[in-house]
Amino acid sequence: MARQGNRLDSKKVNSELFTLTYGALVSQLMKDYDNVEDVNKQLDRMGYNIGIRLIEDFLARTQSTRCQDFKETAEKIQLGFRIYLGISPNISNWSASGDEFSLIFETNPMLEFVELPDNCTNLKYCNVLTGVLRGACEMIQLDITSKFIQDQLKGDNVTELRVKFIKTIQDAIPAGED
Amino acid sequence: MVIYGIYIVSKSGGLIFNYDHTVPKIENEVTFQYPVNLKLTVENKRVVVSFGQRDGIVVGHVLTSINGTEVKNSQLDDGTEVLDFLSKPENFPVRLTFTRPKMTTNEKIFLASMFYPLFAIASQLSPEPKCSGIEVLECDTFKLHCYQTLTGVKFMIVGDTNQSGLDLILKKIYELYADYALKNPFYSLEMPIRCELFETHLQNLLQQHEKTGVTNV
Repeated sequence: MARQGNRLDSKKVNSELFTLTYGALVSQLMKDYDNVEDVNKQLDRMGYNIGIRLIEDFLARTQSTRCQDFKETAEKIQLGFRIYLGISPNISNWSASGDEFSLIFETNPMLEFVELPDNCTNLKYCNVLTGVLRGACEMIQLDITSKFIQDQLKGDNVTELRVKFIKTIQDAIPAGED
Repeated sequence: MVIYGIYIVSKSGGLIFNYDHTVPKIENEVTFQYPVNLKLTVENKRVVVSFGQRDGIVVGHVLTSINGTEVKNSQLDDGTEVLDFLSKPENFPVRLTFTRPKMTTNEKIFLASMFYPLFAIASQLSPEPKCSGIEVLECDTFKLHCYQTLTGVKFMIVGDTNQSGLDLILKKIYELYADYALKNPFYSLEMPIRCELFETHLQNLLQQHEKTGVTNV
């Protein structure tokens, strides 16, 4: 990557610390909110706030240019997962119109030590990711949504995150970019 | 090979950060006899040289003190107007200090938001579609580089005309911004950046650039 030398190499941080911290966050939210749906919503919101800041770091490091189609966006998102989580989800299940795709996670460090208790089957444990994607894309004037449709914690073989393109936010595109 | 300053303008066009790097301090103190052989006028509550050059004092310089006492709002301490004071022969000889005018913070904010529409106009005036805004602005005394990120934040650097590699520094500054401003949980977006870490790393970057001439951070 672009940065070397005097800086701490961010990829060399042990992922277990992150996994455990995230686990602590989710379990605290479960205590604070009675409703599992509220926890999902909070995770998404936190993710959004992370995403709108993280995108600048991504752009500064990768020196990415603006995406011209959604396929390119998908690859950038995949690259983002590699940089920040050290995993490469597969891109598949493109919709015919090319505005929807799935990210298939075979492994996910966030889930490493997790077993869902019976009382929270509706919990979307990784829901912070949907918020991150939404926030990051919004800052580069792409309106997207995403949701988990398969989850290894719920017995599926893989975790599948479905990402859907809604529109480009035309009036927010900075001058000189549109 | 000098870098004069760094400016960061937010997506909505407000100045969120500025840093003066090397501003050469030019100050001239000269003793005058009656009558003063410079034309002085009052502009924006400042006494400015409007005509006549001598001893390093040039048109545009500002009068800062008379006989060692500071001039404020074109008045002396006791409230007498400077121009009245200088029109009386009994006050002479007199020692006057002139300096290059310094930009106030307000003026900087004003100029930064002025650049914002210029940038947009430039991209619209372009004969070719899909044109970026102003990337380099060159004058005989300085060169301004502007880098707009995909999210709309503008990074500007003002340097000497023969200074090279300014565009590279801008990308490094973007990295510093992503690290030390945005990852600071107490920094809210679009607000002025008051992060000490950001500033120290920025200073290091500029120092290193000055030492080696190239950026290898």
